[in-house]
Amino acid sequence: MQETDTLVEHFFRHEAGKMVAVLTHLFGIHQLSLAEDAVQEAFIKAHQEWKFGLPPNPSAWLMQVAKNKAVDVLRRTSLFNQYSKKFAAEENTTESSIDHFFLDTEIADSQLRMMFACCHPQLKQEDQVALTLKIVSGFSIKEIAKALATNEAVIQKRLHRAKTFLQQHNIQLEIPAGKELNNRLETIYTVLYLLFNEGYNSLKTDELIRRDLCGEAMRCCKLLSEHKAGNKPETCALLSLMCFHAARFESRLDENDHIILLYKQDRSKWNRELINTGQYYMNLSSAGDTLSVYYVESAIAAEHCRAKDFATTNWQRLLSLYNLLLSLKPIPVVQLNRAIVLAETGDINAAIQNILSIDHIEELLATNYIYSAVLGDLYKRLSDLIKANEYLLTAYNLTPSSAEKQLLKEKMNDISRNKN
Amino acid sequence: MLIFRGGSDAAQLSPEEYQQQMQKWFDWVGELQSKGVYTAGEALMPTPGKIVKKGSIITDGPFAESKEMIGGYFIVKAESLEAATELAKASPDLPFDGTVEVRDVVVFDNM
Repeated sequence: MQETDTLVEHFFRHEAGKMVAVLTHLFGIHQLSLAEDAVQEAFIKAHQEWKFGLPPNPSAWLMQVAKNKAVDVLRRTSLFNQYSKKFAAEENTTESSIDHFFLDTEIADSQLRMMFACCHPQLKQEDQVALTLKIVSGFSIKEIAKALATNEAVIQKRLHRAKTFLQQHNIQLEIPAGKELNNRLETIYTVLYLLFNEGYNSLKTDELIRRDLCGEAMRCCKLLSEHKAGNKPETCALLSLMCFHAARFESRLDENDHIILLYKQDRSKWNRELINTGQYYMNLSSAGDTLSVYYVESAIAAEHCRAKDFATTNWQRLLSLYNLLLSLKPIPVVQLNRAIVLAETGDINAAIQNILSIDHIEELLATNYIYSAVLGDLYKRLSDLIKANEYLLTAYNLTPSSAEKQLLKEKMNDISRNKN
Repeated sequence: MLIFRGGSDAAQLSPEEYQQQMQKWFDWVGELQSKGVYTAGEALMPTPGKIVKKGSIITDGPFAESKEMIGGYFIVKAESLEAATELAKASPDLPFDGTVEVRDVVVFDNM
C-alpha cells in the first residue's frame, strides 16, 4: 500500500519532468515557459477528466495530451511566430516527425539534455540545483524552498535568473562531446551529490521532501548511467554511494521520530535490494583511470552496509579508506569523521587530539554542534565526565533539531547518573 | 526506494561474492595509487566545517560516522498524509504545481 501511495505521489512530478523536457527539446530553450505552460494545461485537463475514472495508462494519456498541445502550438506558432521558421521550412513537419520525440528512448534523451542544460557551468551552483529540481524533477517552488531550507522568493529569484541566462544565451539542449562532456558531467555529479546530501543530512525539511530529494538524485543518476553520454565509472560510483546510504533510511528513526544510532539500528530493516544494487554499481565503477571522492565515499558507505553488526565493522579498513579520502578532500568534516573511525579502532586519545588540531577548530566548535557532539561523546568514553558534559551542553545549545537535543540530553543524563 | 524495485541488475550476492567484488575495487584503487594517478575531480575549498563550493549551497557530505554514530540530523516528520493533503488543498497554487497536484492524486487512488 505504501508503495502504491508513493507511486501515485511521484507520478505527476515525474511526468512533469519528462513532458517539459520533451517539449523544450522540441521547441527550443527559449520556449521553456511555453513548455511548462503546456504541461500545466495537460495536468489541468487530467484533473477535470480523471474524476470520472482513470485512463488505463495515465502516463501515456498525459503524454498524448501534451503531444496534442504541442502540435496545436506548433501549428499556431508556425503561422504567427518567427521562432518556428525552422519547422515551417520543413515540409515534413507532420505529426509523425513530432512522434519521434515521444518515443521512450527519446524521452530519456530529452530529460538528459535538460539535465545538461540545467547544470550549465556558467550558472551558479545554487541556481543549477534549483533549476534541476524544478525542470528535471518537477518540484514546485514551495517544495524546492522547503527542500533547500530557504523561502519561495529566493527560489523564484534563482529560477528566474537561471532561465533568463539559458534563454539569453540560447543554450541548446545538447549533450556536449569530448572534454566538455567530462567537465559538464563533473558539474552534474556535484549537483546530484548536493541533492542527495540535502536529503540525507537535512536538519529542517520534513521526511517526505527529504526522501524525495534522495530519490530524485538517484533517479537522475540512474538515468545518466543508462545513457551513453553518462555511462561512466564515476556515474556508477556516485550511484552506488547513494544506494548504500539510502538502504538505511528505514532504520534511522523510530516511530516517535527519535534518532536510532548506527550501533542500535535493526540491520534486518536495511534494504538488501538497495545494498545489492549499490554493490552492483560499485563493481561497475571499479574501472577507469581516475579516482574521485565518490569512489572512496562509496567504499566507506559500503563497508558499513556490509558489516553483519556494529561490533564486527572493519574499522581498520574504514580508517585506510578515510586516509585515502582525506588525501582527496582535506576538509574538516572528513577529518572529523576519520577521527570517529580512529576512536573505534581503540585510539580515543588520538581521535580527540586530531579533532582539536583541525584548522579553526575553535570557530567550528562554536558554530557547528556536530564537532562538540563528537568531542563530548569521545570524552565520555574516556570517562572524562566534566569535559564530556561541557561539550555535550555546547552541542545541545547549538543544534536546532529536537531529535538531536533529545539524544544529547540522554547522554548528559547518563553522565549525571554515573557521577552519583 | 522505488526506482530500483524489480530491477534485474541487482543479483543476490553471497558474502563470498561481496568479498570478491570488494577485492576488485581495492585492486583497482591500488593500481591507481601505484601509478600515482588520482584526482579529486572537483575543486574544494577547505573552509570551516562545510564543503563550500562556488555558489552558496553548503553541504556536509553523507557521512554515516558523524551523522549516524554520534547522532545527527533532522527533522519534523510529515505529520500525516491527511494533514499534508489539507495543507495542499489550502494552497492557492495552480493545481499541477507540486504539493497540490501530488496530494490530489492521492484522492484518485481512493476512487
